[in-house]
Amino acid sequence: MHNKAKGWGDPLVLAPVLMIVALTGPLIAGLAGVLLPAFGFFPTLGGKHFTLSFLHEVTHKPGFWYSVQLSIWIGVATTFLSLVIVISFFAAQWGSPTFQRLSRFISPLMSVPHAAAAFGFAFLIAPSGWIVRLFSPWATGFNHPPDWLVINDPAGNALLIGLVLKEIPFIFLVALSASSQINVDERLKVARSLGYGRVWSWFIAVFPTLYKQLRLPIYAVIAFSSSVVDVALILGPNFPAMLPVQLLRWMNDPELEMRFVAAAGAVWQLGATLLALISWRIGEALVGYIGRRLTISGERQKNDHWFRALATLMMAIVIVTFVLSMIILAVWSCAGFWRFPNALPSGFTFSRWLENAGSVWTPVVNAMSIAITSTMICVALTLACLENEFRRDIQFTPAALRILYLPLIVPQIAFLFGISVFLVRYGLDGSFWPVTLAHTIFVLPYVFLSLAAPFRNFDLRYLQVASSLGVSQNKVLFSVRLPMLLKPILLAIALGIAISIAQYLPTLLIGAGRLPTITTEAVALAAGGDRRLIGIYALVQTLLPAIGFIAASLVPRAAFPDRKFFR
Amino acid sequence: MLKTLAKNLSAIGLLTSAILAGAAHAQDVEPADWSSVVEAAKGQEVYFNAWGGAPNINAYIAWVGERVEAEYGLKLVHVKLDDTANAVNRVVTEKAAGRNEGGSVDLIWINGENFASMKRQSLLIDQNWSEQLPNYQYADIAGKPTLTYDFTVPVDGQESPWGMAQLTFYYDSAWLETPPTSLEDLALWVEKNPGRFTYAAPPNFIGTTFLKQVLYGTIADQSLLRAPVVEADFDEVTAPLWAYLDRLKPNLWRSGEVYAADTTQLKNLLADGEIGIAMTFNPGEASSAINAQELPDTVRSFVLDYGSMGNSHFVTIPYNANAKEGAMVVANFLLSAEAQARKADENVWGDPSVLDINALPAEGKAMFDALQRGPATLAADEFGATLLEPDATWAVKLEEEWANRYVRSN
Amino acid sequence: MKDALCIENVCLFHDGAKLLDLNLDIQPGEVLTVMGPSGSGKSSLLNLISGFLPPSFSFTGRVVLDGVDITQADPADRKVGLMFQDPLLFPHLSVEDNLMFGLPATGSKEERCAKVRAALDAVNMVELGHRDPLTLSGGQQSRIALLRVLLSEPKALLLDEPFSALDSGLRGKVRDFVFNQAKAKKLPTILVTHDQLDADHSGGKIITL
Repeated sequence: MHNKAKGWGDPLVLAPVLMIVALTGPLIAGLAGVLLPAFGFFPTLGGKHFTLSFLHEVTHKPGFWYSVQLSIWIGVATTFLSLVIVISFFAAQWGSPTFQRLSRFISPLMSVPHAAAAFGFAFLIAPSGWIVRLFSPWATGFNHPPDWLVINDPAGNALLIGLVLKEIPFIFLVALSASSQINVDERLKVARSLGYGRVWSWFIAVFPTLYKQLRLPIYAVIAFSSSVVDVALILGPNFPAMLPVQLLRWMNDPELEMRFVAAAGAVWQLGATLLALISWRIGEALVGYIGRRLTISGERQKNDHWFRALATLMMAIVIVTFVLSMIILAVWSCAGFWRFPNALPSGFTFSRWLENAGSVWTPVVNAMSIAITSTMICVALTLACLENEFRRDIQFTPAALRILYLPLIVPQIAFLFGISVFLVRYGLDGSFWPVTLAHTIFVLPYVFLSLAAPFRNFDLRYLQVASSLGVSQNKVLFSVRLPMLLKPILLAIALGIAISIAQYLPTLLIGAGRLPTITTEAVALAAGGDRRLIGIYALVQTLLPAIGFIAASLVPRAAFPDRKFFR
Repeated sequence: MLKTLAKNLSAIGLLTSAILAGAAHAQDVEPADWSSVVEAAKGQEVYFNAWGGAPNINAYIAWVGERVEAEYGLKLVHVKLDDTANAVNRVVTEKAAGRNEGGSVDLIWINGENFASMKRQSLLIDQNWSEQLPNYQYADIAGKPTLTYDFTVPVDGQESPWGMAQLTFYYDSAWLETPPTSLEDLALWVEKNPGRFTYAAPPNFIGTTFLKQVLYGTIADQSLLRAPVVEADFDEVTAPLWAYLDRLKPNLWRSGEVYAADTTQLKNLLADGEIGIAMTFNPGEASSAINAQELPDTVRSFVLDYGSMGNSHFVTIPYNANAKEGAMVVANFLLSAEAQARKADENVWGDPSVLDINALPAEGKAMFDALQRGPATLAADEFGATLLEPDATWAVKLEEEWANRYVRSN
Repeated sequence: MKDALCIENVCLFHDGAKLLDLNLDIQPGEVLTVMGPSGSGKSSLLNLISGFLPPSFSFTGRVVLDGVDITQADPADRKVGLMFQDPLLFPHLSVEDNLMFGLPATGSKEERCAKVRAALDAVNMVELGHRDPLTLSGGQQSRIALLRVLLSEPKALLLDEPFSALDSGLRGKVRDFVFNQAKAKKLPTILVTHDQLDADHSGGKIITL
């Protein structure tokens, strides 16, 4: 429903090209920058022959195979647990007031950067953490923190739960948005009228279709959890450390040769992530098979009260844990001396905040300038792409969607390292634009996914009316479509900013320590650091995206006062 | 935000022009001509790569930044490191990539193996610059041999002294009446109090130092340590060390499955009462922490009876540093009485000075006399013998062997 | 023949199947009513004339308006006015701004403001000028929508079930208003509807697809 394309002179054509280049170019460059040294070939660093020796050597590092196994396990287990908790909740509570109430909490949880969430969680569940303090000594009898291996446990359970907490909001939101595109209520009505229980109806009538839309985000979660660095540094095992953490250490080793070992390790990491993805695929097939058998068996499964209670409880626990994590960060940030086992500090002081205001300022400014710049680039590129799609009447194919997800599925540690090596060569690392462009790669998928539906679902008749009034295409875009899409655009910007603020590896590897952001500083404090300082940094890290979201809800009202549309 | 953008862009511009300018006069820094160095340093940005894990040290460095900006018009940027090796790694990479001018690291807080490594790989300024710094004349060369031999490696003026380190243990006297002062007593104490002792995992600096300390106390022939390690004899010579650590392991904090990360975490664990004894290489740390309300005022320090590991730490300048003059000016300022006294102040950092206080002019000396020794800091005579650092090769082997034994293997 | 909307031998196809085959002229001020079941191609005919035909459709023939062949022209250049079932006033603009949007870009700001105010005055709605369009009643919005179209000085008017959202009382009034304006401005008009009353009141030819 639109006019004919203006021909190839229209500069908008460049938009999808740029998008694909932005998403895949650095990826390919980075992978090349890792694959070559992994096989020993990198003349500048002294590697002149192809060899498999590094790939061998890395497997002999202490704890290597354990790290690999752990990487695969965490990838699959995190995703499985998060998915199960979310869909159980959907099945149990879809359409109910509880669902509405809890859903409203989920969006802000999404904007909490994972490092901050991990810190809060650590402060909560550590043996010297808040939960134990609250119950000591009256319930537990502890006068010293118990010698429990909770945080940094070798099995990676603290890491697992910390990641699950963070991935649940993401999967929840994706599932919610996917649900809006299928007629959930009608399907449920049909199934229930056929006698099936409420929960079971959701699983057999809604979930299979829903899952198709969830697949790519799920893969992103698997890839992320199996290769995450910052959360692993905070919660994960250290002896041996998770493979991505070890890779980071090897990359920073003064011995030049370790660079090759690190690259070889990155190749193994890619393999591990791939294996996690494949295991998941196999799991999908298995669950699908079993599901189908159960579906056609005719079992009505009406007795779902306990399931509903459990599912709701799990979700409630997740939200409560999150909230408590944020609170404990705040408490520590202004705590005076806090002896164990007191439930609260003996005094509160803001002196830490004041002392550190100066040193927090630069990381905040860096983080925000990178976030805003990269997000604006992404939004402009996305809008250009979507408008081009509209004018040329092309639809993004599933293949295009997969390209969009690529930067989220290839482990960051693998290809960012490759890019940084190229950059050091030309003295380009450690400056603003390379870091910002690196952030753009990871912000783009989220911004695109956030804007695509509102943009495409825009009532075309507004555009037809405007066109027929004699107004040019560009004026229609800027005077009609974009202003009316102000809210979704601002939300996409807020989301983009949140994603950028939370980035750790791109800033660290490409920024080479020159551009400390609030996130890199916070994670640097992780190892043993000062809890009060961590509290301050983690809170600031969380507040920055919150500003974006608050702006997203206030700016439309400010820009268009007295307009019902923006209320 | 735009301002920062502009600032970053202009930083790139500055860097580029610095590279171009640097090409004109390669290594022409003459510290003897101090006034021209100070002149050249004006307006420079000095990237000081220093460990950033201790907030009080970071605050001190921030103070240094304010002072040098006011006095010399140069900007000090503290690049907070996780591990000094990261900075070495950067210089190595830059050298390999052919970046011999305008490097991104100007000044590194360094000593020991890292210094030895940089010296060996020709990554430092090939010149005796530190001894030419105006304030170097007050450094206590005679009284502190570690200022000229860094872990047995001759300094040759390629790094400038900054502070002194002595391995010190500390504990909360409210929970522990008499601390164990011999290795045997320590082992017995750990056995009687399971889960109340740990050390930082090597290659963290304090962890490696602890290993060396125990090695000194268990090795048959201490003189072996001053020479490079002999591979063939290593296992035999270090056997008592590993036997001791194996004895400790089952009763360590977290059963030895997990170790502390660094001195800051050890301090936190003591503050929470999770462990009974912590360690540091800053003798003033415990008092400093009491002042900052991180530790209760019942904390006290002790050292082991046969001596404690001592060394100095320094700052050095890579060969390809962009702001060499600025870096030298900062190094000189760090050696000043004002900076050293403030550093030794237990309300700030508590790190001992490298200066010969009696040789200072009156006003300098007065700054030190005004310092108070906190209750948790040992007096000079309570320190006992200083155990000098072994040859740098020992540390590498020890770290490797420790990882093989105590990190879960494949 | 000038000022008329001429549909010359237009055959409309969708996925190969022929939807309609039309050859007629609509004179200025005349209203052609097109009726038929869903999917018969009524809206597609309007899309063809206004230039918004989706690619899954194809057609042969031409459309000439006021002597100009508009078959392949850019929709913004066709000077064909559209009205839909929903008034579709731009919610982020005031009523006056909505009307100004429709005005051609000639003349100074004052002249254009004056035209808008005159148009509002002619229908006794001047006091609504600064209002948020969404605060107007359905009938008021429909009238403003028509004004917006008329201010763009179209040469033809296409109405796609424009009254079906209004309740019956209002319907008659708005319908009369639209037809009177169309006749007064001498615009060839096509009305798509499935309401027989609309057809009866149009006073023109009726075709059923």
